[in-house]
Amino acid sequence: MREVVLFFLIVVAGTAGELCVSRAMKGIGEIHNFRPKSILSFVLQSLRLPWMWLGIALMSLGFFSLLAILSFQEVSFVVPVSALSYAAGAFGAKAFLGERINRNRWVGIAVVCIGVTIVWWSRK
Amino acid sequence: MPLILVSIILGPLGNVFLGEAMKGIGPVTSARIHDLAPIASRVLASGYIWLGIACLLGFFIAHMLLLTWADYSYVQPATSLSYLSVSVLSYLLLGEMISPLRWLGVAVICLGVFLVGRTSPSTTGAPSRA
Repeated sequence: MREVVLFFLIVVAGTAGELCVSRAMKGIGEIHNFRPKSILSFVLQSLRLPWMWLGIALMSLGFFSLLAILSFQEVSFVVPVSALSYAAGAFGAKAFLGERINRNRWVGIAVVCIGVTIVWWSRK
Repeated sequence: MPLILVSIILGPLGNVFLGEAMKGIGPVTSARIHDLAPIASRVLASGYIWLGIACLLGFFIAHMLLLTWADYSYVQPATSLSYLSVSVLSYLLLGEMISPLRWLGVAVICLGVFLVGRTSPSTTGAPSRA
């Protein structure tokens, strides 16, 4: 049960955080200039966006949950199971960013989920 | 090609070090702030945590450098191999015993991630849509 809660936080909070950061980045727009001064102004600009902070908070929650689960579960179990992020990412990107997920990508995500199920059976 | 190898090795290596650090701390079973504060200070004092974070940062930089010239649809399927390398590194460095069933699951995940990455990286058309 403890594992389920922590995996939920790793996958859902981690992915939601990435979606928030992605939303913040899309708000700034594409960057074409990679001089240190423009990169600094880009970083400062992104820190003014609430989506960025929400994203950082959620990704931190995901990272700390990862550390917590690694304190009692094997790396070779935790990392493969957290591949569920591919499924969470697809659903989230569709709902939140309006991305269209084509059939091939859904097939890949389904295969990932089958793999995660098999790894879950190998839990000790 | 070397950059992609760096990213396939460094990312999983980072996770392996995080695992080593947290196993040294012992099971974290409470979610109360009161109990978490002393754990957090022990985590921060662990050398392995910083080694792990350094590897993950290195991975992130390698990944970004790679994406400045390589197609995402080329990079992402290749990084599916990191699920294989994390298992190999856990076995070699942490001595985790990986059952045939787990190897099978990892192989299926690699295949799935490979398939996800082989699809088109941009589906929204104009980037301003979001």
